[in-house]
This record gives sequence, C-alpha cells and structure tokens, in this order.
Amino acid sequence: MTWRSPLALVRDALRGQRARRSDLRSLESNLPYEGLGKARQPNRHFPGNAIKTTKYTPLFFIPMNLFEQLHRWANVYFVGLAFLNFVPVVNAFQPAVALIPICIIMSLTALKDAWEDFRRYQSDRKLNNMPCFIYGRKEKQFVERRWKDVRVGDFVKVVCNETIPADLLLLHTSDPDCVCHIETANLDGETNLKQRRAVPHVCISDPELDPESFGSVVVCEKPNNNLNHFKCYVEKPNKERVGAGIESLLLRGCTVRNTDHAVGFVVYAGHETKSMLNNNGARYKRSKLERKLNTDVIFCVILLVAMCLVGAVGHYLWLLSLPAAPPYLIPQGGPESPSLTSFYMFFTMIILLQILIPISLYISIELVKIGQVFFITNDIDLYDEETDNRMQCKALNITEDLGQIEYIFSDKTGTLTENKMVFRRCSIGGNEYPHQENAIRLAVFDEEESEEEVIFNQRTPPPPAGWSLDAEETSSGYAQHQRCSKRQGSGAAFSSPLETEVIPDRKLLQQISGAPSGGGPYLDFFLALAICNTVMVSMATTQRQRVRRLSQACPTKSPLDSLSNLLKGAGSIKNVFTSCRHKPKRRTHPDNAVIEEVQFSPHANTEEIGNTKGVRARSPRRGPPTANLDNLCYEAESPDEAALVYAAKAYGFVLLARTPDRVTVRLPSGEDLAFEVLDTLAFDYSRKRMSVLVRHPITKERVLYTKGADYAIMELLGTPYAEHLSGNQKAIATDTQHHLNSYAKDGLRTLCIAKKVVSDSVYASWSANRQRALAAIDDRDKLIMDTAMQLETNLTLLGATGIEDRLQDSVPDTVVALREAGIQVWVLTGDKPETAVNIGYACRLLEEEDLVINMSCRNKVTCTSILDCTLEEVRRYSSDPRNVDTTQAISLVIDGHTLTTALSPDLQDRFVDLARRCRSVLCCRVTPLEKSRVVKVVKEKLGVTTLAVGDGANDVNMIQAADVGIGISGQEGMQAVMASDFAISRFKHLKKLLLVHGHWCYTRLANTIIYFFYKNVAYVNLLFWYQFYCGFSGTAMIDYWLMIFFNLFFTSTPPIMFGIMDKDLSAEMLLGVPELYKTGQGEGVYNFTTFWVSVLDAFYQSLVCFFVPYLTYQDSDIDIFTFGTPLNTVSLFTILLHLSIEIKSWTLVHWLIMVGSVALYFIVTLIYSATCVTCNPPSNPYWIFQSQMADPMFYLVCIITTVIALLPRYVFHVLKNSITSSALMQAKHLDRLDPSSRDQWIKEWRSLRGGGQVGRPRLPTPPSPTLETPVDVYPPSPTTSDVMGDDFTLNVFSKKRPSHT
Amino acid sequence: MGKAKVKPGPLGRRPDNSAFKQQRLPAWSPMLTANSVLPFFYVMAVICMVLGVWLLLTVQSTQEIKVDYTDAGTCNVCLEMRKNVSNAAKSCSCTVRFEIQKAFKGDVFFYYGLRNFHQNLRRYMDSRDDGQLVGKKANLKNPSSYCEPFSKDPSGLPVAPCGAVANSMFNDSFSLTYHGSSGLTAAVPLLRRGITWYTDKNIKFHNPKIDNLTLPQVFEGTAKPLYWQRPVYQFEPLDPNNNGFINDDLIVWMREAAFPNFKKLYGILNRTNKPFKNGLPAGNYSVEISYNFPVQYFQGRKGVVLTTLTWFGGQNYFLPIAYLVTSGLILLVAVVLTVVWWKFGKNGNNMQE
Repeated sequence: MTWRSPLALVRDALRGQRARRSDLRSLESNLPYEGLGKARQPNRHFPGNAIKTTKYTPLFFIPMNLFEQLHRWANVYFVGLAFLNFVPVVNAFQPAVALIPICIIMSLTALKDAWEDFRRYQSDRKLNNMPCFIYGRKEKQFVERRWKDVRVGDFVKVVCNETIPADLLLLHTSDPDCVCHIETANLDGETNLKQRRAVPHVCISDPELDPESFGSVVVCEKPNNNLNHFKCYVEKPNKERVGAGIESLLLRGCTVRNTDHAVGFVVYAGHETKSMLNNNGARYKRSKLERKLNTDVIFCVILLVAMCLVGAVGHYLWLLSLPAAPPYLIPQGGPESPSLTSFYMFFTMIILLQILIPISLYISIELVKIGQVFFITNDIDLYDEETDNRMQCKALNITEDLGQIEYIFSDKTGTLTENKMVFRRCSIGGNEYPHQENAIRLAVFDEEESEEEVIFNQRTPPPPAGWSLDAEETSSGYAQHQRCSKRQGSGAAFSSPLETEVIPDRKLLQQISGAPSGGGPYLDFFLALAICNTVMVSMATTQRQRVRRLSQACPTKSPLDSLSNLLKGAGSIKNVFTSCRHKPKRRTHPDNAVIEEVQFSPHANTEEIGNTKGVRARSPRRGPPTANLDNLCYEAESPDEAALVYAAKAYGFVLLARTPDRVTVRLPSGEDLAFEVLDTLAFDYSRKRMSVLVRHPITKERVLYTKGADYAIMELLGTPYAEHLSGNQKAIATDTQHHLNSYAKDGLRTLCIAKKVVSDSVYASWSANRQRALAAIDDRDKLIMDTAMQLETNLTLLGATGIEDRLQDSVPDTVVALREAGIQVWVLTGDKPETAVNIGYACRLLEEEDLVINMSCRNKVTCTSILDCTLEEVRRYSSDPRNVDTTQAISLVIDGHTLTTALSPDLQDRFVDLARRCRSVLCCRVTPLEKSRVVKVVKEKLGVTTLAVGDGANDVNMIQAADVGIGISGQEGMQAVMASDFAISRFKHLKKLLLVHGHWCYTRLANTIIYFFYKNVAYVNLLFWYQFYCGFSGTAMIDYWLMIFFNLFFTSTPPIMFGIMDKDLSAEMLLGVPELYKTGQGEGVYNFTTFWVSVLDAFYQSLVCFFVPYLTYQDSDIDIFTFGTPLNTVSLFTILLHLSIEIKSWTLVHWLIMVGSVALYFIVTLIYSATCVTCNPPSNPYWIFQSQMADPMFYLVCIITTVIALLPRYVFHVLKNSITSSALMQAKHLDRLDPSSRDQWIKEWRSLRGGGQVGRPRLPTPPSPTLETPVDVYPPSPTTSDVMGDDFTLNVFSKKRPSHT
Repeated sequence: MGKAKVKPGPLGRRPDNSAFKQQRLPAWSPMLTANSVLPFFYVMAVICMVLGVWLLLTVQSTQEIKVDYTDAGTCNVCLEMRKNVSNAAKSCSCTVRFEIQKAFKGDVFFYYGLRNFHQNLRRYMDSRDDGQLVGKKANLKNPSSYCEPFSKDPSGLPVAPCGAVANSMFNDSFSLTYHGSSGLTAAVPLLRRGITWYTDKNIKFHNPKIDNLTLPQVFEGTAKPLYWQRPVYQFEPLDPNNNGFINDDLIVWMREAAFPNFKKLYGILNRTNKPFKNGLPAGNYSVEISYNFPVQYFQGRKGVVLTTLTWFGGQNYFLPIAYLVTSGLILLVAVVLTVVWWKFGKNGNNMQE
C-alpha cells in the first residue's frame, strides 16, 4: 500500500462520513476495482459485513462495565459510600471490608454481563464465518468466501435454503420469471413465502448473469430500519433510471426458498442492514410499581439524612457535656472543635446506616421478576396446543403491571375473533345469495367441534335436517377431516376444511351456468375474486418437498434460525395433515361421480370435476400440468383474501398460478385463462382497497379489478355525483348497500368488488406517471399512492361479499370476567360501526339492556355540540337517583372520523370525561395511528394503567403506546408479537394472565418491596439506637462480616421466595371471582399507607429488639460484641417470623428456605466465631456466639423480644381477618374450604349476580346452597335493528328488558 | 422461560404439568383469625406467665450490694488529689465501710463498676492490636495503626500493649475486710484468677515467646503505656501465668463493655476457709482501695459490687417483669379476641352476614 499523507487520510475520512450521512448513496460495482488498494475502492466508506454486537472488548471490559454499571444511581451511592469509608476522619468500618457488599453485587452483575457478551461474541463469530459466494473477477465465477468478506458493491450468489448474508438488490435468479421466494421468519416470524423480483431490465436474464458487465450505479436511500420499505433506483450507463423497492430487496437473515439460486448486489452490509438496524435489543419499561418504589427510596434517603443529623447533633451535644478530655476520647492530633467532629460524624453515620437504602432491593426485585416470568411462561393454561406456543414474556420487568390494569384496548380482528375468514354470503349485481347450505355447514361444523369426542368414536355424525344426499356425504367427510386434524394436533392456518370449502348457493350456480361465457357481472365478479389478490399458489407436493429440504439444511443453520426451526415443525404437520385429509375424499370419488350432475355439482365434487376436466383440457403454459387441484395450496397474507379465492374455487373459478406478470385462472368451463398482470396497486390502510390491473386474454381489454372496504369503494363508483350514475348502476349500488348493511348487522366483514375498463390512452399516460413514481426516492410512497388513486375512479360495482370472522373460544366469557374485574374494555377496530356493534354484542362487550350512545359526525362544530350534549345527558343520567339501582350501563360507539375530532386538544378532556363514564367504548374505522392516540390520551388524562392487545401490524403503535402491550400470535405475522411485552396465542388467555398471574405478580412484588423496606429499616435502626449509648460515635455492636452476611445470605432468600411463590388466593378463586382483581388497581396494595405503616412497624420492632436486650444487660459486665449477638439473633428471628406472618401459603419450598435460613445463620455464625481469632481486627467475635449459646439468658431474651416485637402485627392481622369483611378476606375464607364446596359457593355468587354486574364493592351474599342455577347462560346476541349512525346522529337508545328472573 | 428446551413432537413446547411449575404444590395456608389463634394466645400467655414467675423467684434468691466509693468515706481526699495531674504518680488509699444485713449464700462475685466511662466509643474500642496481644512478634515491635496515637511513646519506642484501651486500664485495687460481730476481723480472701473467659486466657491472649528469654527480655525495646505505672511484664512477676499479656485484669479490661455504665469482675470469694465457707456472712465490711483511677474528667463514678449469681446471671428484675407484663398483655389480647370471636366469626366464617 502506498504511503498517503495524513491530510489526505483526514480528507478521505471526512468524505466517508459525508457519504455515510447523506440521504442518497451511489453505489458502484466493486469488480472493476478489484485488487486495487483500499483507498481506491469506491465503496470504502461503507461498513463491511462483519458484525460485532458485543458491548465490550476483553481488554477494556472492566472499565467499560464499571462505567455501564455506574449509570445506576444506586450503585453510585454505594460505591461513593465505600470510598467515603477510606477517608480516615469519617470512616465507620474497616475500609477494605466495607467494599465487600458493593463488590459482590457489582461483580455478580459484571459476571452476568460478561457471560452474555461472550455469547454474543460467539454468535457473531459464527455468523461472520458463515460461507457465501462472492463473484471474483480473477476467478470469473462465484467463489466461496465468508460473510465477513462481503462488502457493499459485491455480487453475492445465494442458493436455495441458504441464509442471505447482507441486504441484496436482486438482479438475477434462476427462475425464468426473475422471481425469488424468501422466507422472512427470522425477521418477523412470518412463515409464508414472499416473492421478490429482480430489478427489471437491468440484467438481461441470460442463463448466467455476468456481473462484470454491470456498469450501472445503484442509488439508494440511507439505511433505515423499516423492513417494508426501501427506495432505490438503478441508473444505467445510458442514464436511464429504473426504480426498485422492497420487492427487489433480499434482506439479510432471510432464507431463499423455492428458487435454485439468486444473485444480488450488496447495498447494505453488516450493521447497516435492515435486520441489524431492527435488532435494537430489549426495551426497558419501567412499571408503575417501580416508579412508586423510587419515590419511596427518596423517602428513605430523607429518613437516612434525618437519622444522620440526629447522630451528628447528638455527638456534638455529647462532646459539649464532657467537662474535660476523658481517657477514652482519642486525640486526633490537632485542635478540633466539637462542631467539626460532629460534621465528620454526619458522614460516618451515613456509612454506618447506609443499608437503610436497600442495596439488595434492586437485585432482589430482578430475581423475583425472573422467577415470576418463569412461572408465567410455564403455565400450561396459557399454552396453545394448536400452535404449540407458550406464553412469552418479552419484557421481563413489568410483570406486576399485569395486576393493575384498568383499561384494555383491544383490536377486533384476530384478537377477539379467530381471523380465520369464512365466506358466508355475497351479493352480485344487486342480487343477494344467502348461501344457506353453507351456513348450515358451518353450524354443523361448530357442533362437531364441540363434540369431537363423540365423532372420534362414531363414524357417521347425525345427518343434519334438510340436507340433500351430497350434503350428508360432505358432513361425514368433515367429520373425518375433523378426526384427522385432531389426531395430528394441527390447526395450521388454511388447511382446515372450515375455511377452504364453501358450498355454493344453488341459485347462484344456476345463474352462472346460465350466464353467457365471457361476460356478465357473475363472471367478472368471480374473476375479480380469483385475480384481485396477492395470494400465492403452491402445490402441496412441492411444499412437502420444500420442507424436506429444509430439514436437511438444518445443521448448517445459524443460531438466528431458531425461530424458523420451530416453525418448520408446524409446516410439516400441515403437510401431513393435508395429505391425510384428502384420503377419505378420494375414496368417495366414484360414488360422487355417479350421483352428481356433471357440472357445478355442489361442493365436494367441484374439485373432482375440475380435476377430470383439467386432464382433458389443454395443459396450461406454466400451470401445473398434471396437478391434482386438490393439492392447490393458497398462501395469502391476509386470511380474507384466501377465503375469497376459496369461494371462487367453489364456483369453478380456480386460481391456478400467479407470477408477477401473469395470473392463470381456470374457468368453470375448464378453460384456462392467463391474464397478464400490468400492475398491482397494493393494499394500504389509508386507501383501504387494492387493485389489480390485468389484460384480458380474450378481449384484450385492460381491466382494473378493485376490492376494498365498502365505503372506500362506494365513493369511487361512477362519477362523484350519484345522479350521474345510470339508472341500473344506481339501483345496484343502493341494493348492494342495503345488503352490505344487513351483512354488517350480522357481524360479517364486508368487501366490495368493482371493476373498470381502462382505455389505452388513459393507461399510457398513467403508466408513465407510475414509472416515475416507482423510480422516485423522495415521497415515493405518497406518489405511488397518488397514482393508485388516479386510476381507481369511475369504478363499476360488481358486488359485495360477506365474510364471517368467527369469535375465538370463550371470548364473551373473558370479556365479562375482565369487566367484572373492574377493567374497562375498549375495542378499536377498522370495521364499520354496524359490524363492530354486532361483534360487541356477540362478545358481551355490550349488553342488551345497555344504553348505547352512537357518535358520528363530520365537522368539528357539530362534534363539539354533540359531545357537550352527550356529556350533559350522561351526567344527568348517572346522577339521577332513579338510576342508582338499575343495572343499565352506558356504552359508547364512536366512529374514526369523530374520534379524530374528539381527540383534538380542546375536546380531549370532554371526550375522556365521557368515555370514563361509559362502561365500554367501541371505536370503529380507526387507523393504527388513531389507535395509539386513543391509548395515549386515556393514559395521560386519566393516569391509569393501560393494556393494549392486538395481533396485526396495525396494532403495533397501540401496543407500544400502552403500559403493557400484548401481542397475539395469530394469522397476521409476528409484528405485533415482536413489539409486545407479552405474547399470547388466544384472547382467552388474557383472563388467566391478568386475573391470576397479574394479581399474583402484583401482590407478591408489592409485598416483597414493602418487606424489603421494613427489613432494612428494622435492622439498621438497631445500630441507630445503639448510638445513644456510645456517644453517637458510630459504633457497630455487630461484627461487620456478620452484618454483611445477614443481608446477603441469612435474610435474602426468604423474601425472594416470597416474591416468587406466595399465593394469597388460589387460581380457581381468582378466576371464579374476578372482582378480586380490583385489589391491585389504582393505588393497590403498595401505597402510601402500607409503606409508612411498615416503616413505623419497623421502628417499633427495632426499638423492641434493641431495648429489651439493653434493659436485660444494663449494668452488667457484658461486652460490645456479646451484646450484639442476641441483637443479631433476635432481629433474624423477628424479621423471618414477620415474613412468616405475611406468607399466605406454605409449601415445602417455603419451609425449606425458612428453616434453611435460620440454620445457615447458626452454622455460619458458629463457624465464624470458632475460627476467627484475630482475623478481622479490631472487632473480635471469637467464641462469643458459643458462649452465648451456652447461656440460658440468651434464649430467654430471644424469646421474649421476638414475642413482644411481633405481637402488634400478629394481633393486627388476626383482628383484620376476623372483623373486616372485604372481598379479599371472604375469598380467603372460601379458599380454605374443600374444592367442591368452594366451587359451589362461587357458582352461587355468580348466579346471584345475574350475569356480570360490575362495580359493587362487596360481594353479594349467596343464598342457601339449594338455590343453584346454571351459571354461564348468555342470552343469544340480539341483532340491533335500530338505525345506526348516519351523518351526525346521536342516537341514545336503550332496549330495556326485564332483567333475569 | 423462552429459551426452554424444545422437545420434538407436536406438543414440544408444552410446559411440564408438574405441581411445582403449575404452582400447585400442596400448601398449608394458615388463616389468622380469632378462632384459629385463640388457643395459641392462651398457651403463650401461660408459658410467659410460668417463665416470668419462675424467673422472679430465682432472681429474688440473689443478693447484691453496690458501694459507690468515688467520694465516699476517706476517698474524698483521694478524689481531690487525683484532680491534680501532677499527683498522678503519688499513691493514695482510702477505706469505705458497708454492711451486709443478710448473709450472701453461695459463690460471691466481686466487681468493680464504672459509670459514664465509654468503652464503646468507636475510636476507643478500635484502638488496640489483637495481633500484639495474641503474641505475634511482628506486632510487638510494630503495633497496628489502629493504636494511633498510642502506638509509640514520645521517644519512638513501640508501646506494649498499645492503644487507648490498654492505656486507660482501670488500676484501682481492692482488699475486702470482714468485721465480725464478735470483733473478729478477717481479710476476705478473693480469688483473682479464673475471672476471664477460658478462650481469652488461653487462645486470644499470649505472651510473645522467644526461646529461653524471660518476659522482661522479651519486652525489651518496648515502652509501657503512657498512663501505666509499671510495664506489662511486672503485673505479677512471680506468676508467669498471670503476667504480661495474660494477666487476668488486663484481659478483663480488654473485653470492652457494651454500655457506659458497666461492671467488671475483680475477684471471686474463696470459700475454702471459715467463716466464708457458705459465702459472705452478715456483718460489717470495709474495702480498702488503692485509689488511682481518675474519673473527674468524665463525671464518672466508681464503685464495687458484691453479688451472688443464679443460672441466668446476676440480680436482674427486668427479665421476669418483662415476661409477666407480656403474659398479661397476651392475656388481654386473648380476651379481646375471644370477644371478637364471640361477636363475629363464631362459626368459622362470616359469610352469612
């Protein structure tokens, strides 16, 4: 390497920095520069692919770790005190010894850090040394290198099932269509394959790519952590620009699937890759309890300062009272005034009494939380068999917040519901097709599901009434499917027959068969269903193959792949299941073929027909030539897309294949149509629709098929003015709207399907715009969206669909329980108000006797007035004495637009005030951003603890905004789970998580913290009281080592165990009586009173523990450390027995640890006293403990002191338990009964309450045990026929029914 | 936790259904209510009562007499004399008389007592070198820094034993005389050995051992503590087992008292000869005191204490009274609880009201 001047180096460094920081980066290929010095490399400024996630280097570990640890102010405090002890005038202990506790704690932490860092180092090294193929100019081919050799500007080849080493711009793949499939499970946990396509027209898809001919410049944006966005263009040598986005980017950490090999250009490497930028470690959330704890630590500091002041002043007065210098006052060598000495004494006192600030508290709390998390994740009730998922705790330090939740914000789809979409009804061209057979099938399915045991044993289920022969056949088929699926324990997303199979409506079938081929709304409608989506088609057989290869590739996997390894299991199950469930059907094949009509036979035979036809028909160009249509597997990003494709399939419109350029659909006639895809306007949350622009193979028209939310489509029909619609079209629109309303009232998700024929001229101009938008860097997203909106106008309505999203198991039960627990449940959904209200009734968020306020308005003025009126109304309503006894509650349904207005700063207060008075709130049509704003506003304005639960990417904001974020690992990928603090698999798990674990964690931790404060105050005060007898000179009468041991070993494990394992109530009780949850809400157990009561109790106990021995030994010949021994022993007994009073249930572990602690104390002290002759000058414990244990006086003192010290607390507990009758106490009493009679009591309570009456401080009295009524009888959810929100309406309607008798 | 090992099979991540992991360990949950703790309270009250009465009876059998001699009798003169520092080297003795009305039965212990002397001041109690006292040769000539400023004498010689504790050693001595009713006067024999802890005498305190050297030779090159009249090897030159660091008085003094008012053992009545075979007979006694220890600097008092001991120590009324009072308190609480039990939860749970 040639020598370069330092100036040049500096200039180069500056240029590099500028290059890294600029918004745009121009990257060239490295190949022309290969072999040149580093200074000549074009991309030298950008980091290489080697990663280093370790925090420390071996050389600087100690200073860096110390620096890191000293960020905690508690550590600074203790280190400061330890060093203060080295100052001779103020020291209280032997300086070296005083360092021990802080050293132990800090070295433990350092050890933990070092171990974690070493693990990171190992995984880094493993990753950096993984093999990959980089193109070398010398070798003229791809040569094997290691990951860390990859640089920006290199060409990297990735073969199938390999992990991608850096962010690559895809240039070439082995696939003729230039596509490549990747699995992003390592990044976001989504298992479905994602298609990536090579940047078009940059590399000619020769059989082999020639990287040396690559002369283009890649201009891309600055690295960011957004996994779903990437902006870049490739400037060819001829200055032509080709845009590329995320669809051409292969992300580091993903795995290439289904593609032989792919070649990409490295745009980001190492730490600049999107996956690394996303990998920013665990978030640190501070729980409410911890914030409260910190204020109490400050109280302790104040207390400490006060006590030290007393010490300093006391010393001053004591010195003044001496007439002359006595022989025991040691001259310090120099004139010293009493005031200066007492000033020093202040610091000595701080050192002496330092553990008043509990050094062990923070580390103990962490241990307790780890233990709590262990038990939560191991709870078998929170385990989901279908997905083989345990409860996951991502945030380790907010377990106790689970016990304090007051508001829950829940997503609807996928959270309350299964997010397994089932096609239910459709409306085409203004005609409704109710699909009644399908509805019956679903009903039967439900029945079977609930009686799976029966089905397991008997071959044929009871034939459902009113069904034709084939239906019966089908139903037995279902039964067998069911058996199959249960046997495999699988519930993989789209394999269940529930979603995949639809029984066509007979009337509709006839319509289609009667329709002229090539036209008519029916054909268009089903074509739109089949085409307008992003569903991937894969063969069950190829998929199986893929899985097998995957498992072979397993040993070479990086540790990163752990997630995908887990998911592999699920994949293989899915396949086994798929193959399994088709067996019975093949068996039935001959019969069906005979019985059924040839064409459009309902359901089960559709596939067979398609199959036989498929063989006869000319084989499609790239379609699966001999594939059995049964093996078609649809992988969709959102489940409703799949549901629509399956629905189209049931009517004979089978989606055969989809590539970026082409969609192949088989028509009912057996013909295969290959549509050329001109563009796909992807779904986004603001447009709420998606479109696909295709060229019709026969008519050669350019057709735009659009599918979207009804209001998003209805606005775009024809011209903006309704009167310009042709008469027919208008009628269709109104009829469809009518149908849509009725679907919504049934709780169905509605989608509108529309089409538009685009003329050549329009397309040409639009297409140019579109290209510009795609190549843009700034505002690319906005431009793309604008172009999409330009095209989606003047649509022709084809029809609408109603998809059912079934409620998850025991959602109503959970919602009712949460409400009884005093938690307000809000549902935030993107659906229509009608759908939301209906779901609200179904999941018992709304009760039929509720007063439902529906708010919907367009502008701010009306919104303000409505808000004011409503608030007034509600206030009057709740203050009305007549309403005190009624069980009626107020519920609010608010629409997204109104919500935005209501959340504006000047209306916020009024809105929150209104919402506070409502029992439940439903927000409809809200965007992700609004969701998080609602959460933030409620959290800030009401100062309550909030919880957000959701499953999709649109819930991420909300989950992060709430105090506790819960992700449901459902059908929509893992983004919500990644952002959450806790991840569960079903909504119903929330019940046990909050009511049981939340309650336990909170009470356990709160009691542990209170106990820790008590313990330290009680122990330190012994030293304080002694100061009154030693001239406030800072003497400790307990050997310093024993003092350290006392805190570190003798009394540390019991409270930790208490914090992890104590159970104030049984899980059954907490689940049975949700009202018990209220004890943790708001101030909860750990509040001002409990804290100060325990501190006062600590003062009292320390007074007793000091003065009883003092009065006993007064005027005797006892020496200092002999006096300290009974004190130490007495306080050990007091402190441990105090804990025993607090412990609610004793298991074997409790006994072992308690007895063990006492035994440890005696053993260690005995050994220490027997061996330490002069080991610890100047204190001298030799043989003192032994001589004390030989003295009967010692035992007499220990007994009486402990009894006196604990008597008040014991009596207080007894009286509290005997006299007060809070719900908690009553529950404790009940808990002591045997399980069967306890359950009976709980049942009686519940039946008496008449189904979910909330807000009573005391539990109603159960009647005599004979009056037992069934508990969980929910009234069927009513369908509200009331008019729901048109423009600014305020409907306060209530349907009062006689309450349950 | 999340990293739990994954077992193969469809339900691989299913948590163990064990009682521990599911938090279903069999547990005993005591319920502290009036009816369940009442027996315990009554039993405790009775136990405390019995112990209290027993202790009270025991304590009443002990006898104790305290004689403050700071300025009593002829000691007034000595007190005045000690007020002047220049007289420190002059000897002064005085006599104090007292009467024992009831004979002390059994072993009688002779203590000297000090009031307002803080042996427990932190710097004072630290000002010693246990290494030196245990006989380490290195520490003899090179005392620990804890002894500062009493580790070297003005001429720079190391002090043995060093430190403020040894320096301020109590140096009054006593001789007790019995004046019988028949005019008989007898010196009361006191055992001046065996007044220390066994472990102190034999393990914690040793004279430095150098082959064939006598004690004075061993201590050569060290200075006596500033306030002392004689060096440490002249405590009892005739008895090598009570001289130097293993002198009983030194050992007793070096065990620092916990409180400013304390007593320390001086001797035990030797009961081999008449009339002291059964203890101290009733009658008049006098103590002759060699009055050396100055107390005026700290407004202190000096005294002697004669006492008999029981199995749990000297005459100490606090403990029996504490037991009796506690017993009464528990009984009171128990009665209150009985009323509570009667009124509220008589039938075990109060769900009905």
